[in-house]
Amino acid sequence: MTRKQRRLYFVLLGMAALGAAVALVLTAISDSLVYFYSPTDIVSQRIPEGRRMRIGGLVEEGSVKKDGKLVSFKITDITNTVPVAYAGILPDLFREGQGVVVEGRMEKGQFAASEVLAKHDEKYMPKEVADALKKSGQWNDGKSK
Amino acid sequence: MIAEIGHFALVLALCVAIVQAVVPLVGAKRRMGSWMAVAGPASALQFLFIAVAFGALINAYVTSDFSVANVAQNSHTEKPMLYKVAGVWGNHEGSLLLWVTILSLFGFAVSLFGRNLPSGLKCRALAVQAMISVGFLAFILLTSNPFLRLEPPPVDGNGLNPILQDPGLAFHPPFLYLGYVGFSMAFSFAIAALLEGRVDAAWARWVRPWTLAAWILLTCGIVLGSWWAYYTLGWGGWWYWDPVENASFMPWLAGTALLHSAVVVEKRDALKSWTILLAIVTFGFSLLGTFLVRSGVLTSVHAFATDPARGVFVLLLLVLAVGGSFTLYAMRAPAMKMGGLFSPISREGALLLNNVLMATGAATVLLGTLYPLIADALNLGKVSVGPPFFNAVFLPLMAPMVMVMAAAPMMAWKRGDLAGVWSRLKFVAAIALGTAAVVWFLQGGSAGPWWTGAGFALAVWLGLGTLVDLAERIRLVQAPSEALGRALRLPRSAWGMVLAHFGVAVFIVGLTASSAWTSEHIQTQKIGETVMVGGFGVTLKGVEAVPGPNYSAARATFEISKNGETVAVMQPEKRTYRMPPRPTTTAAIRSGFTGDLYVVIGDFDPKGGYVTRLYFNPCIPWLWVGGALLVLGGLISLADRRHRIGAPARGRAATQAAKA
Repeated sequence: MTRKQRRLYFVLLGMAALGAAVALVLTAISDSLVYFYSPTDIVSQRIPEGRRMRIGGLVEEGSVKKDGKLVSFKITDITNTVPVAYAGILPDLFREGQGVVVEGRMEKGQFAASEVLAKHDEKYMPKEVADALKKSGQWNDGKSK
Repeated sequence: MIAEIGHFALVLALCVAIVQAVVPLVGAKRRMGSWMAVAGPASALQFLFIAVAFGALINAYVTSDFSVANVAQNSHTEKPMLYKVAGVWGNHEGSLLLWVTILSLFGFAVSLFGRNLPSGLKCRALAVQAMISVGFLAFILLTSNPFLRLEPPPVDGNGLNPILQDPGLAFHPPFLYLGYVGFSMAFSFAIAALLEGRVDAAWARWVRPWTLAAWILLTCGIVLGSWWAYYTLGWGGWWYWDPVENASFMPWLAGTALLHSAVVVEKRDALKSWTILLAIVTFGFSLLGTFLVRSGVLTSVHAFATDPARGVFVLLLLVLAVGGSFTLYAMRAPAMKMGGLFSPISREGALLLNNVLMATGAATVLLGTLYPLIADALNLGKVSVGPPFFNAVFLPLMAPMVMVMAAAPMMAWKRGDLAGVWSRLKFVAAIALGTAAVVWFLQGGSAGPWWTGAGFALAVWLGLGTLVDLAERIRLVQAPSEALGRALRLPRSAWGMVLAHFGVAVFIVGLTASSAWTSEHIQTQKIGETVMVGGFGVTLKGVEAVPGPNYSAARATFEISKNGETVAVMQPEKRTYRMPPRPTTTAAIRSGFTGDLYVVIGDFDPKGGYVTRLYFNPCIPWLWVGGALLVLGGLISLADRRHRIGAPARGRAATQAAKA
């Protein structure tokens, strides 16, 4: 095997691996991308039911209702709110009035969450939540960091 | 006063680092011995100053000096001593100081143990190390000074995030950093080799132990982090494809590839420019990881409160380091002579194939991690890329890699014999397929996911294949009476390879079983009520209030029974810390050969009882055993005498220093 042949082998190997990766990425990415929406997006746009997505905002004060393992609450960006239903134990940092991101699907006007993400650091506001609040004009720089 | 000494020492270290980055390079270019000799003492001095600064910060934490802003924000007098010390690196500023401390320690180790290194290579490598130091010291001094004072000092501090107050997490960041920064050695030597225009077997012999040491430490760090996430977050998962997890995984992948390609450089003098490229990429990934964690550009559970100036600074460092080294690579690499030739069917060929697969895997992880940033920049909407993407893209790329992994050690260098390898592995293949069928049958056919059979088949193929290879090496079948003697005389690096590859097989079992067959039960459980989980009866006996050193806890007592007999008592807790006032969940875990019973206590339900979350996670301990085997294999390989020829015990010394 000459140097030229080896270089060719090297290049072919790389191309094959990259080709396989690109094929895998293309098939996977359309199904597994999870888009992020604010409550206002949900209310103002027609968002197809059944698609996996994330919603971020603040947990509305006084909206959390627990019934055994079933929890319902509302996510708000002050302008609009979306009702959320969740079965399971909420993260330790979940609290009314604080930032939260939920992942799940819209079902009959209600968001069925499969995951509730509250951040481990109270100082920290998920970037998407901050942007969602900014978009709805409810951003208060002094309060958040 | 001590804080000011620390601050001043950092400034001095920066000055020394600048000298160390410039003078030896000029000396090497102009062949001035005295200028080149600056590198050694400078690296010792730089380490000394940074160690003083690090010591000053530890002192501020241990004595709870709240006039230092960093201490006031992250510590508290009530905190146990272990977490006062661990709190030093539990925040942005302190962790960066740890980063440069480790960096200068590695530089110092080179000057200390590198007496028989070619002087040109040594002083250039130290100069490159110093350049990295300059970047990070400037970063600390300009944007993230841990020694800033508060006026007036508060009475007590804010405390450390309780979730970080855990032994697993006390050691996770230092190990991760030792790994990240350890790859800077490979990087510095790669750049030095490019500057010299020469890469040979001696270079590889130097780089291998360093890379191996860094790889072991990074593996330790990742496994510790994963273990910590598993038992402390109370979600029962151990890997989430979170951006920050990926940030540590990408250098690990590239580093693993580098480890293997350096073998080819050493033994066969081939794949030289590829190895150099991998060394650059591996450290590039380490820098990228630092950037992703420190800048907070990605939404992650790990993100610290962020400051845009810091992100821009690290990005600048990243662009300079990676851009600069790629430019140098593009200029110099084509001049590098290709070494030994080999056929595609050979050990080199197999190692190269796996290198390419690893690199491609790392590239897909990179794409998935950065895609949300790219999409946001291009206005394609806000997206997150979650586990489904990585599972669908990364795992299929790893399957062929695992297949080759079993065969590669059986192939000869230069020209291998595929038929011979197959004749040794066909029984293994048959058993692997048989296992797949059995697994399929046991899980009730399509009642479980389709890929469990494939996962188990791969694990059996790799595990048994590795054992067959070991048996052949010690001639277990041909000459059983001499086998033990041969096993003892087998080079340690061979043992290291066998253990590490076997560890991967064990890991695959844990990965497959725990992803496929976890059973989760969430319910309201009244006192005395029993729930069946994974064949165990879990009875809630009671919940009591228990005080801790800096928290109060609600501790639940569960009685675990199997076939009517009580086998264990488990006590998960829900803790509420006083400072900062925050709840955390402490799961109770009972590990066994077949899996973990994992019990979490939730809130009190006004209608009576508590919300409880009970899991049976199959084969989770296999993950930790697999990880431990990887580390053990690495350590044994590092102790190989051949790694010490021309580089006596350096890697080991660094490891020990790191542990001390």
